[in-house]
Amino acid sequence: MARKTIKVGYLSRVEGEARLELSIRDGTVRAARLAIFESPRFFEALLRGRHFDEAVDINARICGICPVAYQMSTVHAVEDAFGIRIAGPLRALRRLIYCGEWIESHALHICMLHAPDFLGYESAIAMARDHPQAVTRGLALKKAGNAILAKLGGREIHPVNIRVGGFYRVPRKRELAELVDPLERARDLALETVRWVAGFDFPRSERPYTFVALRHGREYPFNEGRVASSDGLDIPVRAYDAHFEEYQVPHSTALRSRIRGAGHYLTGPLARYHLNADLLRPVAREAAKEAGLGPSCRNPYTSILVRAVEVLHACDEALAILADYEEPEQPAVAVEPKAGVGHGATEAPRGLLYHRYVLDGEGIIRDARIVPPTAQNQAVIEEDLVEHVQRSLDLPEEALRHRCEQTVRNHDPCISCATHFLKLEVERE
Amino acid sequence: MAEAQTGRRRAKKPRLAVWKFTSCDGCQLTLLDLEDELLAIAEALEIAYFPEATSRPLRGRYDLSLVEGSITTPEERERILEVRRRSRHLVAIGACATAGGIQALRNFADVAEYARIVYARPDYIRTLASSTPISDHVPVDFELRGCPIAKHQLLETVAAFLHGRRPHIPTHSVCAECKLAGNACVLVGAGTPCLGPATRAGCGALCPSFGRGCYGCFGPMENPNPPSLSDRLAALGMEKETLRRFWRSFNAGAPDFRRESARHGP
Ligand code: SF4
Repeated sequence: MARKTIKVGYLSRVEGEARLELSIRDGTVRAARLAIFESPRFFEALLRGRHFDEAVDINARICGICPVAYQMSTVHAVEDAFGIRIAGPLRALRRLIYCGEWIESHALHICMLHAPDFLGYESAIAMARDHPQAVTRGLALKKAGNAILAKLGGREIHPVNIRVGGFYRVPRKRELAELVDPLERARDLALETVRWVAGFDFPRSERPYTFVALRHGREYPFNEGRVASSDGLDIPVRAYDAHFEEYQVPHSTALRSRIRGAGHYLTGPLARYHLNADLLRPVAREAAKEAGLGPSCRNPYTSILVRAVEVLHACDEALAILADYEEPEQPAVAVEPKAGVGHGATEAPRGLLYHRYVLDGEGIIRDARIVPPTAQNQAVIEEDLVEHVQRSLDLPEEALRHRCEQTVRNHDPCISCATHFLKLEVERE
Repeated sequence: MAEAQTGRRRAKKPRLAVWKFTSCDGCQLTLLDLEDELLAIAEALEIAYFPEATSRPLRGRYDLSLVEGSITTPEERERILEVRRRSRHLVAIGACATAGGIQALRNFADVAEYARIVYARPDYIRTLASSTPISDHVPVDFELRGCPIAKHQLLETVAAFLHGRRPHIPTHSVCAECKLAGNACVLVGAGTPCLGPATRAGCGALCPSFGRGCYGCFGPMENPNPPSLSDRLAALGMEKETLRRFWRSFNAGAPDFRRESARHGP
């Protein structure tokens, strides 16, 4: 029996550490295992006994790439427990900082991590020799997103200004106005990026995903909405646990998710787009159409295009928020701790991020549950791999390995969140 | 072919490697967040190993290794020895790598209990009972503090090692930065609990500039006086339990903060 093993030491250009194992017998891919060996950091455990205000800063440290997402899901869950709703300019500012994180995180993934796959480079830095414009454009976009984070949050990574009830300090109108010029330029760059990416050569694929994302009804979702699926699920966030479950497999330190009684599902840009495409800002909707995207997109390789559309959306949305901004009277609403359970879900750049807290009357966390997007997507990534490797088995090994990595990177997995990533082992019998 | 040629041409540039241990990736992202300087850095040195940003495989020795993250697994305890062997200079970056990070809260708890809380099958999880800084395992040439590290301090550190000098990184407290920024003292003025008087500068007095107290993410300054700050905080009405938590966050494992938190509870 001929048996062959291909090894990739470490999955690069993803945030975290993981290994990929494929078993192939008689020309058929039997299984693909995405083994996440990110060292567990036990956030849900170390949060017990901490005050809700501390949790906002602690949770940011789950992920350096999307700290705002963790902070947002935290504040929304705690506010849910206390019966607080944030409206007006404070709500708008939260959307604004989330725009910054989408722009920064997506631009990083599109230009630095994923585009090199399509153009055949080991990194964006190598790509910069032949495509200097594309790389500088990506960096400029990323910088514009980071400028929002720095202005409103104090710094790009682990912002210090977000709290339950609002912010520690809100910006003056003229401070925010400084963001307008760079964001107008960023919006042009985002449109150029959509057009650039649209010209890539995408492997063909049509996957039968069940999509899950927030649906808000009036806005493309960031902070709020109901949890909806492409199969008709439509529930309030607080019913999440009743409809979704987490389970564990031996080969991974990340928990995975499925819809109870149904199966695995995909969250992230493709899912958001499927469930909310009509709510994109007109400029982003136009660009999507011009790039050849229909109302839904099931080819995971084109997720990079949807991400580019979302960057354009976020730039335009941020500009709209800036145009309407009126300084709120208080940087935060009054917060009265109350014993109870709170649920929160927001749209991290990589997808739905659910938090649940049990709090006591002093605002101390007694129990915490955090379900990050990559954990939800992990099973689907494996299913994608089985399908795509099967079709690519004739490729030379180097090319096959590359295709595998690209397939994983389609979903911009953030392994730090899911608990980091990639060593590929192909076992051929 | 071209690859081999580039390899030769670039062989004279100093080789940089970025390593990850247990962390959030934020400190290494700081390098990619140097949007204006990144391509110039890539000109000045060869980014020889940086798995978050490039798929180039590991090989050879490195002139400067930036190490992010703490040591929390048996595998990591071995891997850091290998990293040290391959590195001429090794710089630990961030609170995780210099003090154990937020995940060092396990050092004050029972890690088996932690695993049971998070995982239905804790037996699948392999982890060490404590989260420890890089310097507990191998000699470290320099430590850059912060959760995350500050961009300008990273640039200064890389530049210093390129030129064979010590980095100029201040070791005084955040208070000095507040004065520079013209902030009114949040502690004296508003009675807001603040770790600034005991915490190392580097952030530019960020939290006080936003009207909140410092939460100590850059770790202890040189020769801090934590007990006297605790007395001050207690006088503001901070309870023992809250004091313990206040000292015990991102730099809980740094000796000065660890000792102080232990004075206020287990
Ligand atoms: S020190 Fe803070 S920012 Fe840096 S890797 Fe650790 S948790 Fe992330």
